[in-house]
Amino acid sequence: MAGFLERITERWKVYREPGFFKKLDHKWTMVIDLDKCNGCGACVLACYAENNLPVVGKDECAMSRAFSWLRIERYIDGEYPDVKVKFIPVMCQHCSKAPCETGCPVYATYHNQDGLNVQVYNRCVGTFTCATYCPYDVRRFNWRSYKFEQPLDHQLNPDVTVREMGVMEKCTFCIQRIRAAKDKAKDEGRTVQDGEVLPACVQSCPTGAMIFGDLLDPNSKAAKLAKSPRRYRLLEELNADPSVIYLKRVMKEGPSKHG
Amino acid sequence: MDRTITYKEASEDISGIITKTGWKYYAVLTLMAVSAVSFLFLPWAYQIYSGQGVTGLNAPVFWGLYLVNFIYWVGIAHAGTLISAMLYITQTPWRRAIARGAETMTFFALFLVSLFIFVHMGRPWNFYWTMPYPNQRQIWTNFTSPITFDVFAIGTYTTSSIVFLFFGMIPDLASLSHTATGWRKRLYTALSFGWRGTDRQWHLQAKACMFFGAFIMPLVVSVHSVVSWDFALSVVPGYAKTVFAPYFVTGALLSGFAGVLLMLSIMREAYPVMKKYVTAYHYDKVTIFVVVLSLIWSYLTLMEVVTGLYANTSQEIEHLKYKLAISPFSYLFALMIFSNSVLPLLYIFKKLRNSFFGRFIIPVFVLIGMWLERFLIVPNSLSRKFLPWMWHDYSPTWVEYSIPIGALFFFISMFMVFIKVFPIIAIFEVKEDIGIPMRKSH
Repeated sequence: MAGFLERITERWKVYREPGFFKKLDHKWTMVIDLDKCNGCGACVLACYAENNLPVVGKDECAMSRAFSWLRIERYIDGEYPDVKVKFIPVMCQHCSKAPCETGCPVYATYHNQDGLNVQVYNRCVGTFTCATYCPYDVRRFNWRSYKFEQPLDHQLNPDVTVREMGVMEKCTFCIQRIRAAKDKAKDEGRTVQDGEVLPACVQSCPTGAMIFGDLLDPNSKAAKLAKSPRRYRLLEELNADPSVIYLKRVMKEGPSKHG
Repeated sequence: MDRTITYKEASEDISGIITKTGWKYYAVLTLMAVSAVSFLFLPWAYQIYSGQGVTGLNAPVFWGLYLVNFIYWVGIAHAGTLISAMLYITQTPWRRAIARGAETMTFFALFLVSLFIFVHMGRPWNFYWTMPYPNQRQIWTNFTSPITFDVFAIGTYTTSSIVFLFFGMIPDLASLSHTATGWRKRLYTALSFGWRGTDRQWHLQAKACMFFGAFIMPLVVSVHSVVSWDFALSVVPGYAKTVFAPYFVTGALLSGFAGVLLMLSIMREAYPVMKKYVTAYHYDKVTIFVVVLSLIWSYLTLMEVVTGLYANTSQEIEHLKYKLAISPFSYLFALMIFSNSVLPLLYIFKKLRNSFFGRFIIPVFVLIGMWLERFLIVPNSLSRKFLPWMWHDYSPTWVEYSIPIGALFFFISMFMVFIKVFPIIAIFEVKEDIGIPMRKSH
């Protein structure tokens, strides 16, 4: 009994360390250079393929139930010939002070040690609170049990679960790839190196507009780009402290042909 | 109340509501029960089988008609608590004849509240995960979540309402057990817990009711405040307003009092004997409450809009534009203002308070208006959130229309069963109103 108590107190000491709960192993960040983004949609497609997202069809899409965890928002300024078109890929921003995390009654969404906002499908009871609180509208709900008919089931990614009816889901920054890279690094007795983790969208981006990396590693490409003067974050005034950093697109003043 | 009624007459009148059942009652009850099954339970089973996809909910509008009705029925429940608890403690005389009916309404409204939580959930069979208890799955509830607050608030509210309703009923059950036969006698005898009407028992019963009254009184304010925090603790424009707690509580009491008025009016028509006990005097008092609450509600509605305008962020302006300036919501908003702020003011005229218009029409309009208030807050704010690319309107499907209607039928059928088993007017409390000289003729 005494030994047991000692073991417990020994363990507790770790948690008593100041700042323990704020200390992260990694702080995964995505930098999106909007100057390079041409809105081709390869990232959206890659996300569908990687994360076993169901294709819901015309009617459901018209009801705004499309499953894309990552979407490319198009904003068009001005009237026809003088138009400016802007693209912005929006996925889960993995906020450090996420509004969704305070809403979930069962801890189905929480913050993990990698600085990710994690969704635990099995724990979700479907109160919709997280999706309602999310200012970026990036959460998707399994309105039905979507079937992957033969032979489509052969292209399912074995590293990712197929979600059942009634649970919420969202972009995970391809957590299965982060896990794989961390496991490999652990086996080889080193830390994860910059560029080792590539989420599907980053991997597929033809212009290299998306850069993924660890913000805690000052030498990573993402951490360097994050200091760019063009840097901004989406809806920063809400103070959710998102992990996705956008680099502003520099546009010509006045009317232009292509925007 | 007519003070010349004798004790015997009061007992017989009220137990008559329980025992004298005509064919009309059975016809209406059957109709209501069948409607409840076909409008509520069958569509709900269909929804559980095929998923929330059968509703009109979509990516920005995740909270729709189910949540609207959830808040609405919490609101309906509130007047019963106010009448039974606050007015019990202040010993207000006019509560006696109407308190039991209002408490019953509270109880069944809370029943519907929990029903709507289950209807609304994506996986209702896992509802118990929201309750904190030690388990081997290492699941614990998130105490920062307003939904967890809800679980506690509504859990406390339901339990204490049942206890209060039951404690107030014990003397009546005992007196009913003298005349009843068959299963009723066994039921009343068991539920009256050996009540013999001794001085000590009366003393303890009054004490217990006073205790629970004091216990429930803060819940009148706290429960709907907690429900409002489901919205106020978010960042969504139209939800994140500090005025929401008092706004929701006032609205809840307004709709609750309208519900009590309508319920009493219908009961009086169905059982004319009730006209002896629920009189113009009661309508007079309850309608004064409605006027006061309506005025407070109008002020808070104005404040809700003004704080949005004062914040002057583009999101708030978009939300207000959507709610106030675009058809059909602008018309619904106008109807809401008409039925909640303008119509109840007619109760200022004393003649209207006990007229057909005052007993039926105004309460129905207030009930519709309060429903619209919740509708204009819940799905409408979500339709216009932050990023315009994701803006999307919400149109409910037949399942979402059918389930709330079926729930209303279910409410009515449960209420109808209740009045045939338990006294809907507190017999012993009504007897307190009887003039001293008449008390002898027992």
